[in-house]
Amino acid sequence: MIAGIPLTHFLIVSTIMFFIGIYGFMVRKNLITMLMSIELILNSVNINFVVFNKYLYPHQLHGHFFSIFVIAVAAAEAAVAIAIIINVYRRFNSIDVEQASDMKY
Amino acid sequence: MDILTLFVVIPTLTVFAIMFAKNLEQTRMISAVGMTAQLINAVRLIIAYYDERNAGNTADFLFQKTYVWFDSLNIEYAIGIDGIGVAMIALTAVIIFTGVFASWTMEDLPKEFFISLIILATGVFGFFISLDLFTMFLFYEVAVIPMYLLIGIWGSGPKEYSAMKLTLMLMGGSAVLMVGLIGLYFYSAPDGGELTFNVIEIAKVHMPIEAQRFFFPLTFVGFGVLGALFPFHTWSPDGHASAPTAVSMLHAGVLMKLGSYGAFRVAMYLMPEAANEMSWFFLILVTVSVVYGAFGAVMQKDLKYINAYSSVSHCGLILFGLLMLNKTAIDGAIIQMISHGIMTALFFALIGMIYGRTHTRLIHEMGGLLKVMPFLSAAYVIAGLASLGLPGLSGFVAEMTIFVGAFQQNDLFHRVATVIAASSIVITAVYILRVVGILLQGPIKNDKYFKLSDATWFERVAVITLIVGIAGIGMFPYFLSDLIMDSLHPIMDHIIEAGKPALSQVSL
Amino acid sequence: MDFSYTIWIILVPFFMFLLIGLTGHWYKKAAGLLGTAGLAFVFLASYYTAYKYFFEAGKVDGVYQQIIGYKLLWLSFTDKLTIDLGVMLDPISVMMLVVVSTVSFMVHIYSLGYMKEEAGFYRFYAFLSLFTFAMMGLVVATNIFQMYIFWELVGVSSYLLIGFYYDRPSAVSASKKAFIVTRFADLGFLIGILILSYYTQTFDFQIITSQNGPAIAGAPAQTFMGFSILTWAMLLIFMGGAGKSAMFPLHIWLPDAMEGPTPVSALIHAATMVVAGVYLVARLFPIYSFAAPDALTFIGYLGAFTSLFAAIIAMTQFDIKRVLAFSTLSQIGYMMLALGVSGYGEHNGLGYTASMFHLFTHAMFKALLFLGAGAVIHAVHSNFTYEMGGLRKYLKITHITFLVAVLAIAGIPPFAGFWSKDEILVAAWEHNKLLFWVEYLVAGITAFYMSRLYFLIFWNKTPHYHHTPHEAPLVMTGPLMFLALMAIFAGLIPFSEFVSPDLTPYHTHLHYNIAIPSVLIALLGIGVAAAFYLKETSYPDKITAALKGLYKATYNKFYIDEVYMFVTHKIIFGLISKPIAWFDRQVIDGTMNLFGIGTLWASRKTKGLQSGQLQQYAFAFVAGAVILVLSFVYIWA
Repeated sequence: MIAGIPLTHFLIVSTIMFFIGIYGFMVRKNLITMLMSIELILNSVNINFVVFNKYLYPHQLHGHFFSIFVIAVAAAEAAVAIAIIINVYRRFNSIDVEQASDMKY
Repeated sequence: MDILTLFVVIPTLTVFAIMFAKNLEQTRMISAVGMTAQLINAVRLIIAYYDERNAGNTADFLFQKTYVWFDSLNIEYAIGIDGIGVAMIALTAVIIFTGVFASWTMEDLPKEFFISLIILATGVFGFFISLDLFTMFLFYEVAVIPMYLLIGIWGSGPKEYSAMKLTLMLMGGSAVLMVGLIGLYFYSAPDGGELTFNVIEIAKVHMPIEAQRFFFPLTFVGFGVLGALFPFHTWSPDGHASAPTAVSMLHAGVLMKLGSYGAFRVAMYLMPEAANEMSWFFLILVTVSVVYGAFGAVMQKDLKYINAYSSVSHCGLILFGLLMLNKTAIDGAIIQMISHGIMTALFFALIGMIYGRTHTRLIHEMGGLLKVMPFLSAAYVIAGLASLGLPGLSGFVAEMTIFVGAFQQNDLFHRVATVIAASSIVITAVYILRVVGILLQGPIKNDKYFKLSDATWFERVAVITLIVGIAGIGMFPYFLSDLIMDSLHPIMDHIIEAGKPALSQVSL
Repeated sequence: MDFSYTIWIILVPFFMFLLIGLTGHWYKKAAGLLGTAGLAFVFLASYYTAYKYFFEAGKVDGVYQQIIGYKLLWLSFTDKLTIDLGVMLDPISVMMLVVVSTVSFMVHIYSLGYMKEEAGFYRFYAFLSLFTFAMMGLVVATNIFQMYIFWELVGVSSYLLIGFYYDRPSAVSASKKAFIVTRFADLGFLIGILILSYYTQTFDFQIITSQNGPAIAGAPAQTFMGFSILTWAMLLIFMGGAGKSAMFPLHIWLPDAMEGPTPVSALIHAATMVVAGVYLVARLFPIYSFAAPDALTFIGYLGAFTSLFAAIIAMTQFDIKRVLAFSTLSQIGYMMLALGVSGYGEHNGLGYTASMFHLFTHAMFKALLFLGAGAVIHAVHSNFTYEMGGLRKYLKITHITFLVAVLAIAGIPPFAGFWSKDEILVAAWEHNKLLFWVEYLVAGITAFYMSRLYFLIFWNKTPHYHHTPHEAPLVMTGPLMFLALMAIFAGLIPFSEFVSPDLTPYHTHLHYNIAIPSVLIALLGIGVAAAFYLKETSYPDKITAALKGLYKATYNKFYIDEVYMFVTHKIIFGLISKPIAWFDRQVIDGTMNLFGIGTLWASRKTKGLQSGQLQQYAFAFVAGAVILVLSFVYIWA
């Protein structure tokens, strides 16, 4: 439809992005990087929203709305997250996630 | 504002007023005034109740009001009262009134103490006026939670342990109870109407017997934990022993009655078939509890433990009367609730006063107190005599009504249970006289005790109020018995009607 | 005639109790006079009632009526089972009014002197009023539950009075023992009432003792272990009576009860309360006689055994009050026996009449004995006969009155005891020869130990007294003289004209063939006692040495107390209470604690999952999501 690119291709891209995000979230110790990974996950979801909307219900806009909504939430989330990260840095002098492990037991 | 809601409003206002009190003096004056108002309101209620009844109002519950406060689940603030509730409210008002006077000397965080105490009382009052199971449960929890703070903060001995044990066991009971109540809720509209928690509505529908068999034990045990049902009674000795005076009074005097009252009003009334069918099993448990509590009290060394075990025995007698499932026995059980409430409150008040002077509760360390504090000792003897069922004091009326009622059950199983339960009156005499002999009589063991003083005026107010209650019921039982009996008729017709087919199956 | 004023006979002592009990500490000494004034009213009202009842209003067509003077609904259990409080007048209740008010009034007067030094003087009078109230309520009871109520109240006033000297450990334990033993017996009484009332559906004496009533004509046919259900009920009710009247084996509390002040022993533990059991059986006599004859026979045998048993123990005791206590046991045994051998109607009812007659005369002379003993104790400050002797020179009035009482109890004519004992022996002879011979023997023993006591106190050697004993004041000797007059003349009352089981008067006459031998054996007993104890001799020591083991067992009251101690302390406390306390602490509480410990353990084991590592949580989350997805896929596939 969009220049003959089939749906599967979009899904493959978004899946790859999603798992890159998961991988980054799991493996990287830097909180900023983890935040970036979360953004990747969110964006992969956004792609899915838009693409499904376009391919399955071309005359409706719910998917677009949702992706915009997600972007807005992601922005807010980034702001909160960075605030948290700054506080973590102040407390632990590092933004390494393994250092911030006081919340146990 | 209607008279019943006032019972919740007055203590709530008192609590707010205490928050603004500046010092100890003000705190206890506000509490005393608030609780006196509550007592006056209780008297007003009794008068209003009799007026209505004399005017020919024969509804099961008077002064009914209903407001829906949680629409989607149809939870109502439904209130109403019958003779039994009037009696229980009067009891609670008397005990919280005397409880305030008994904690007159509380100096450690007095504001917080009185606030918690009065919140507890609010819960109890709310419980007795509610006709909606959910609201009832809510008030029930309101009564149980402050107990944790009261024992944990102002208690003595291993107070954290006792407070935790008490709260956990009662919460465990509540959890089981909640399941039972929800069961009642979901079976409240078998024809597809709106589900309801309202007791009156639920009583009208017939719950399938299979469901009753499942939910009755849950509800009964859930309330029974609070009513010191064997073997779920062990929170009671530790809890009472650690609690400060007024809390022990309120707890043993009223809160334990919440359990037996609920077991009767909710479990037995709303699930009558199962009550008839399963009463034999619980009857065994409570018979054990009556004798066991009495024997347990014989060897205790701490005054409060003696009383706590005696409460297990006497509260067992309440459940015993209820489970006999006839009017006379249940009438007796409810008189016993009132009687034991006042009597045990008197006991705990006196123990608190004695402890405040001698700083020990171990009976062997004391002796000859009759000589140095004649007023308190005489009051202790009176409480003891009421406990062992001396005619002219309230215990006798209650016990005899229970036993005469129990004997109307014409089969060997009930007879044997009655004889065993009745034998507790001898054991009661043993442990009461043992305490009186060691504690009050005999020579004075400690020279320091010669300097001890007798009761002060506020202590006398508390003690005399309670003694008047005991003697009043004991000498003129007809009024109380009549008040309760009138309200019992509709309930008992309901329960006995349900029992007719079931009883013939369960004959031992 | 209207007898409704009789309610004041009960209420006046009650209000006196409240008044003196609550306000007595303000005026202390006047409390005694106040209490005595109250009792004077009761005394006069009782005699007035007795006169009115027996001579004017009581009889209709030659039969005494049961008159309800006053009745008030107190509590209703069911429609039929209701407790009324009221006053029922019939021959035995009116007779008891006279007995109780006389002895109580005398004791009140006597105590003005005897107790005047005591710190708890007003308390004593408050309790005496309480006792009088309770006892009066008991005797005029209109129904069996009212009787039970006052039964408990006399029990508690007895408890309070025995423990009057509450700083003496012996008095405390005696009072405790008295209460608990009688309480145990009352449990039987209560269960008996419950059974009886279940089958008859009434508590009312008039209905249950009526010959057409539910207990006799409509007796339930059920049996339990070979006896009819009614026999069981009546035996259980008698258990209550046996406890109060201290029948074997529930007698152990009575000797210890002598720890109370002597006037109390005279009033409660000799004349009035302890005969409540006899009164109870007499009150329910028609049921015993018609519906539960086995129970009645049992009562007869138990009474005979107790009277013999107690008389034997009385021979060996040295505490004067204990000798008198055992003699009381023995005499109550007589009364029970008389009821046990009694029939119903006309001359058959002689045993019943004799029992009530003996109750009446015994109350007079036994109260006299105790008050006399009190005067002696007052004079020498000791309870033990070996610290007394030769007192006839010092206590002239006491000596004479005591002698009268001893002769009365020994059954020497014309003193009161002779007449009533003679009727009992006649009744026994006519119905049961074995019991007759037992009682005949006991009559001899009684004469022996009573005169032994008399000689040991008033004759024998005079020990060295620290200060010369002196006669008691008039307030104490006055009652002694009054009671002595009663003990001399009470026997001349033609009792069968007033008291009989079927309420119909009949005539009795002296049976010389029984009276003469019984006087002879009494004289024999007195003679032996005189030979042993008039002067100090060595005979008693020789005999005790010869019968060493037997004497020791008797002196220790056949070790019954020790058996009870073993049962209560070792078995009930040791084998029941202690294990229960342990079980509660360890097993039940342990189970509850186990839940707590289990929860703690589980949480400790699982808390490692909460590592604080964000990425571990994320991993768990993702892994969970993947597993869920895979399982959904698997299920759909």
